[in-house]
Amino acid sequence: MATPTTGAIKARVRLGDRVFSSSTVFAGSLILVLLAAVAIFLIVQSIPAITAKAGTLPNAAPNFWVYVWPLVFGTVWAAAIALVIAIPISIGVALFISHYAPRKLSQGLGYVIDLLAAVPSVVFGLWGVLVLAKGIQPFFVWLNENLGWIPLFGGVVSGTGKTVLTVAIVLAVMVLPIMTAVCREIFLQTPVLHEEAALALGATRWEMIRVAVLPFARPGIISASMLGLGRALGETLAVAMVLSPAIVINFFLLTAQNPNTIAANIALQFPEASGVGINTLIASGLVLFVITFIVNAIARIAVNRRKAFSGAN
Amino acid sequence: MNVNRRIVTRASSIAAIAIAATIVLSSCAANEAAPSTSGSAAPVSKLSGTLNGIGSSAQGAAQTAWIAGFQTSNPKVTINYDPQGSGAGRTNFISGAADFAGSDAALKDTEIATPSPLCKSGTKAIDLPVYISPIAIAYNVAGLKDLKLDAATIAGIFKGAITKWDDAAIKSLNSGATLPSAPITVVHRSDDSGTTQNFTDYLSANAPTVWDKPAAQTFPYAVGDAAKGTSGVADAVKGAANSIAYIDESGATGLGIAQLKVGDSFVKINAAGAADVVAKSPAATGRGTNDLAIAIDRKNTDKNAWPLVLVSYLIVCNTYDDAAKGSLVKAYASYVASAEGQAAAATQAGSSPLAKDLAAKVAAAIATIK
Repeated sequence: MATPTTGAIKARVRLGDRVFSSSTVFAGSLILVLLAAVAIFLIVQSIPAITAKAGTLPNAAPNFWVYVWPLVFGTVWAAAIALVIAIPISIGVALFISHYAPRKLSQGLGYVIDLLAAVPSVVFGLWGVLVLAKGIQPFFVWLNENLGWIPLFGGVVSGTGKTVLTVAIVLAVMVLPIMTAVCREIFLQTPVLHEEAALALGATRWEMIRVAVLPFARPGIISASMLGLGRALGETLAVAMVLSPAIVINFFLLTAQNPNTIAANIALQFPEASGVGINTLIASGLVLFVITFIVNAIARIAVNRRKAFSGAN
Repeated sequence: MNVNRRIVTRASSIAAIAIAATIVLSSCAANEAAPSTSGSAAPVSKLSGTLNGIGSSAQGAAQTAWIAGFQTSNPKVTINYDPQGSGAGRTNFISGAADFAGSDAALKDTEIATPSPLCKSGTKAIDLPVYISPIAIAYNVAGLKDLKLDAATIAGIFKGAITKWDDAAIKSLNSGATLPSAPITVVHRSDDSGTTQNFTDYLSANAPTVWDKPAAQTFPYAVGDAAKGTSGVADAVKGAANSIAYIDESGATGLGIAQLKVGDSFVKINAAGAADVVAKSPAATGRGTNDLAIAIDRKNTDKNAWPLVLVSYLIVCNTYDDAAKGSLVKAYASYVASAEGQAAAATQAGSSPLAKDLAAKVAAAIATIK
């Protein structure tokens, strides 16, 4: 006889519960297994490149790190310029949709921006190389002539317009939809009480946004930027089509010799690669994997640290 | 309103039918030329099966023409060619994933040493030169016709030593031409390619003092703009005034093509001259029997010779483990190297047909495929 007073009451385990809980556990662990599989593949295939002797690597590089360093720089550099362009625009668009535009217009605008997200990157690449690069080249010449004393705009202007700045503009357009969508959602979640309190104290709409909306949304803006950065870092085809790459490290925005990105370099060199060349490209993929991992980790930390001050709790 | 809507619906349903019909009709015609000769009782081929090839994108258009021609006369055979690139082609052939490869470079010694599992053990893979393409020096300068260049000047331009169109070196070769006092926009490939390999090989052979880097698949100097693929380079040159690039001749339509100084005279780009240079070039050293890898003679100075040329190979096993596959490959390779196949590639891909004596050598090598 069991004593009914002690011990927890055991619920009958039903088949449906079992199936559902185990399938979620399966799905959850599958993602870890996949990630581990990709990481193991990258590491195993990278070893021959990292241990390769001078003379066997592409670009006559003495060792793998010399080979990959300009690519790391180019990847971060192009993505960073893209973010500098995209962050203010996406915040502006999101604020317009959430706080300024009439209701009907804001809905329509939201759809249009989501539509941008559905455009495949090869189309952005084609647009970048056939329309933007040609159209913007005269402006680059003007920038170089008038603002050439700023080191960023120095050097010899590219004749084709296929520069890192063109690439950054294309990347900025590509990351805008995701960043705008996240920012818009966050802005809409601002407690109405905060906004009304600010307005009641005599704040103009801009002041209300500054004191109530933006502080509340800061972690959201950071995570939106990091999502955008993640996409910009890994973007391959558009960069491969638009950029005029060279094996260099420089900060010039308008010249024909631009540092390449890791992803675009893999896409460009893989078809003709053989032997250690393939391992080298895979190893550079591993480096990109690590960079994106670090970016995501930084985003996490930033969001967690700001949470306490945002008023979100 | 109602009437309007009905018209719209009807129009859209007609459009839908038209689209569906196009899809149905085109799907059965994919890969095959119109059966215009179906009436003239062609001998019915007994070959059947599937061959998968991977390799050079330069050969891509030619392979499409060859596959169409071969499948029309051998309706039970399916041949697939995936133009992933030469390196990918050789790798996949060696691993056994592809039945044959297309490659802008012959097999390397290490690659010959690791035979494909498809080849009968103890036998080797062979390189068959089947695709010859002259490389053009294409330029876009308003009003400039018949630009003449020699190897040293080309090397100077692409190395960044000559930066203006009215440089003394260019002027002295083009007396009488009006050259703009504008900077030269050099365009080269951003992806590794056989075209770059052959272009740099030509320059390092003919202008070694200026072009001090060895031949390479990657453009060796940090000079000029880079663009992806033949079409990307052609597009960049068309879009940028005062630009110059090296490019497969088939991609250079609509652009000016420079004459090349060969020996003491200037030569216009011509398919026969390119084929002739390849035919007269010596075989690469250290190759087995039936392997026709060629060491192109870049210093050929015959009349009308065009030594700035790319050779692309069909890489196959000399003896396949599977005899049926061997006979399929043999039949396909024979067609590719035949006068008919070479003519098809010339019209479709703008390549130069093999010269007669080289074609005979290739045919003899193909005859040994089992």
